[in-house]
Amino acid sequence: MSIILSLFLSMVKIGCFAFGGGYAIIALFENEFVSKRKLIEHDDFMDIVAIVENTPGSISINVATCIGYRLKGFWGAFVSMIGVCVPSFVIMYFVSLFYNEFMEIAIVAAAFKGIQVCVVYLITSAGIKMLKRMRKSAFDIIAFSVTCIGMILCTVFDVHIPAVWFILSAGLCGLVVSFFNTKKQKGEQK
Amino acid sequence: MIYLQLFLTFLKGGIFAFGGGYAVLSLLGESLVEYGWLTDSELMNLVGAVSLFPGSIAVNAATYVGYEQGGFLGALLATAGVVLPSFTVVVIIASLIKNLLKYPPVKAFISGMRPAIGGMIISVAVTMALTVFCGTYTLSNIEFAFDWRKALILAVVIVIPIIWKRIKKKEFSSIILVAISGVMGIVLFGL
Repeated sequence: MSIILSLFLSMVKIGCFAFGGGYAIIALFENEFVSKRKLIEHDDFMDIVAIVENTPGSISINVATCIGYRLKGFWGAFVSMIGVCVPSFVIMYFVSLFYNEFMEIAIVAAAFKGIQVCVVYLITSAGIKMLKRMRKSAFDIIAFSVTCIGMILCTVFDVHIPAVWFILSAGLCGLVVSFFNTKKQKGEQK
Repeated sequence: MIYLQLFLTFLKGGIFAFGGGYAVLSLLGESLVEYGWLTDSELMNLVGAVSLFPGSIAVNAATYVGYEQGGFLGALLATAGVVLPSFTVVVIIASLIKNLLKYPPVKAFISGMRPAIGGMIISVAVTMALTVFCGTYTLSNIEFAFDWRKALILAVVIVIPIIWKRIKKKEFSSIILVAISGVMGIVLFGL
């Protein structure tokens, strides 16, 4: 029980100080569970990061769930996931109560005219980071360009195609291409 | 049924977006705007605002949109939606199918989706840039109005992280960057 509780509290603490989203938060988990409390080996932590990079959704939630599972099974995972969400949820819930009134204040509206420009930069740099990690194969370059250009054309010409369709078709194409590649390799081996 | 719609919309963001909070929001943005929950400009404000608070960007955004549309229960369901896929997938990998990610078809599918998600994020950034600098993004009523104040802010937020990385060899904190652009906004637009 005490391990579950201390796990929960550690996650709440990380949730409170996790500014900057995603990869910045990974360092906080490493600091708490690898360096300070020595509950997880460095190599195990690297495994966790590898899993998280290949699973969908919020990075901090995935890391918390993974660490929780390693330490205390399903309930460890559950408690960790809840723990890391609680601060976000509580803080954002109270912010929501005043959010709209707050945004109408003239000086805040002015600040957000500037922040919108920064958001363009933040999203662009998130995209560029993914681009840098991409394998530079013909398939990846085509999938990237088709989705990117396709979606821009859709917005500019006001045609509605959901982004999920692009992503799923790229996934299917990946599957088909790898199917033919393995077939070819087997053929060559014979 | 607004609660179900909130849950399912955020569930979609949680399932298909690899690459963290900004990927989730890029994917969700079109649905949020389509359902009339946010305008394009409000969406960008929200992305900026949630970056200022601690925790997962996706959870923060889900809490706000959920609260606006469905009060406390709405906030809870939207958050549950965005979190549930992560939790389920990670637990399945950790417990039942340790080799799921090494299984060739799964690997091929994920590595096929990955570049498309990168493409989606960049296209969302382009759409947002058009909204900020041209006021709209549909070709029929686009008009480019050069605003040196926005250009100046853009230049500053691009240059600071580059210089910081050169000197400190570390990533510049996005929250400080948002704060800087906010202060510049107040000085350039508010005074």
